[in-house]
Order: sequence, then structure tokens, then C-alpha cells
Amino acid sequence: MADRDIKALTSEIDCPTFEESAFHRPGPLSESNVAIVTSASLHHRDQPDFSGGDTTYRVLDGSRDDLLLGHWSPNFDASGFALDRNVVFPIDRLRELAADGRIGSVAEHHLSYAGNQFDLSTIRLDSGPAGAALLRSEGVDVVLLTPV
Amino acid sequence: MSVLAHVFEAAGIATIALGSVRSQIERTAPPRGLFCDFPLGRPLGKPDDAAFQHRVLAHAFDIVERATSPVVETFAESIVDDGTSATSCPIPPRHDPTLPAAVDEARGLRPAFDRAVARFGDSAATGRAIAPDQIPAAVAAFLKVAEGTPWKEAGIPGVPARVAQDIRGYYETAALALVEHTPGAWETTRWFLDHTEAGKVIRGARAAMKDAGEKQPLWFYLVPNGI
Repeated sequence: MADRDIKALTSEIDCPTFEESAFHRPGPLSESNVAIVTSASLHHRDQPDFSGGDTTYRVLDGSRDDLLLGHWSPNFDASGFALDRNVVFPIDRLRELAADGRIGSVAEHHLSYAGNQFDLSTIRLDSGPAGAALLRSEGVDVVLLTPV
Repeated sequence: MSVLAHVFEAAGIATIALGSVRSQIERTAPPRGLFCDFPLGRPLGKPDDAAFQHRVLAHAFDIVERATSPVVETFAESIVDDGTSATSCPIPPRHDPTLPAAVDEARGLRPAFDRAVARFGDSAATGRAIAPDQIPAAVAAFLKVAEGTPWKEAGIPGVPARVAQDIRGYYETAALALVEHTPGAWETTRWFLDHTEAGKVIRGARAAMKDAGEKQPLWFYLVPNGI
């Protein structure tokens, strides 16, 4: 079993394509508020676990350490996250970049979705826009998207 | 992932998407993408290596500042999984020879599992389908399947793939307490699947379910693709 074999099988999965791409240019990065949005099904211990076809999202509190990796796929390495959450959720790195002035600030809240979904309509039309609206209301300018 | 990028961008938030599968990130064409040739599960590349993670983020945020139209770039460094390396973990000696080897092994690894949880937490979320206390009995149930018992009669305490994922997570978590270095991607998985009695049991159960004509989703996801 090798990572390349799993990727080769993954690459055969149909992907959504977009005829047009929205493109929003942010203001200066040094003044931008940055959030993480991950498809790793991360959640806090007191939040509902993700189900297999879950299209909802969890709001992650950046100040809490109790993140759980809730992805049901067997096709990724989980030991890296077990050792260092930053390999999926680089919250400490963002704080360092904010302290250095490279980014303006780190968002208070971040979002987690369940990746590996085959029916993407609900995410595209409902839970995705709802998550974006939440982050916009909290002043987020830039989002870093991380998969597993 | 790229769907979210398009949705967030349309809502007025600039995005940069990391991706570890080149064909996927190129086909889905997020507004800004950074292909990182890293093993699945480690989008920032290396755990416990802040400098490496910062190099990834530096490229990512450089794209955010620089790009004037949709673009996917490639990160300069690759991490290649050789497909063979496995952690070398000492398996505890047989404790109760009256038990099947895999069940005895699962029991014997409990102190290592507890030490790993105390040290690293349980962020990989072992225990989502069954509690750690149930792992030896779950291994025993899969052993019955491997030996020919229909899976519905073997007493697997939940959806087979999810129970198997917890068994794998229990072993891989225990492995973190048994090694002195940061394992490369998939090294603890290969240790579990190729070098432990429980790994052999799960693979045997999978083969038995397949041979018995069970529905493919029931057995296929007991182990990663490509096994």
C-alpha cells in the first residue's frame, strides 16, 4: 500500500467543474483577518460527530485545543494530525504569522466540513454560503482551505 | 474542497486551497490553489516541523497577494511515501496464551494506547464507534469473520468499517507511544496492517466477506484503497 496508489484511485473520482470562477481580491494581507476552513471533519468533543454523508459544518473555536478528526474515510494518514494538529489545522502557524505582521489577525472562529462528498449541491447552495456568511459577519477577509 | 473555495470567493472572501492530489486540484480549479505533493492526511506536509509548515504557508499567502486571476501553483518541495516503510514497534509479549493472538495483542497494547493518549491526546478520535475497552472483543469478532462466520453473526459491535477504523486508530495511537521519532505518513498504518495480528485479522475478515459475496461497501472500506 502506497500513498500514490490511493491517490491514483482517488483521481478517478468525478470532480465538480465550474465554467466560471469567482475571484475576489483581498486588501493588504498584513491587514487581513484569516480563517481556516477544512474538509477534515474536525470538531470539538462536545459537538455532534459527522455522519458519512454530512453536508453541515461545525464552527471551531480557535482558542480550544480539543479538536477531533472526524473523517470516516480510511484513505488518509491520521497519525500526522494525532501528533501535531497544525499539519491539518495550522492555527499556531497563523498566530505566528499574525505576531510577525505577515497577516493582520487570526479569526476567532473557523469552519469544518466533511470532505469526500458525492452530492455537493447542498454544500454549494446551502451550508457553504451559510458558512461564508458567518465568517463574513465576523470580518474574515481570507480563508485557507485544508483537506486531508 | 474546491466547491467551498468557489462559494466563499463568490461571497467576497479570498481563498487559497491546499491540495495533495494534482489531478483533483487541476480539474476542480479553485480560484487560488497550491498543489503540495504530500501524502494524504498531511496537507501542511510535516508534523512537528514549524519551519516546513511556514514554507507552505509562505507560498500560499504569496499567491493570495500576487494572483490577479485564477491560478494553481506547485509547492517546490515534495514528500514521497515509499510505500514500504513501517514503524518498528515492539509488540508486547503474549500475556494470556489461551486467547487468540490478535485479542491478546490488542489487550497488551492498552498501556501504550493510554500513554499515547496522555501524551498526545486522542485527536485522531479513536472511540467514535466503540470505546477502547471494546477493542479486544471487536478484534475477536473480526477473527470469527476471518474464520468463516457470517459477519452479521460474529458480534461486530457496529458498522464493520467504522469498528475497523477504531481498531486501526487504537493500534496507530498505541504506536505513537512505542516509537521515539515522528513517523512518516502511513508508517503506523503499514505497521498495523502488515505487522500486527489484528491487522492480519482485519485483512482476513475483508477477504472472507468479499469471498462470501457480501455487498462491496461492507468490506471494501475495512482498509485503505490499494490493499
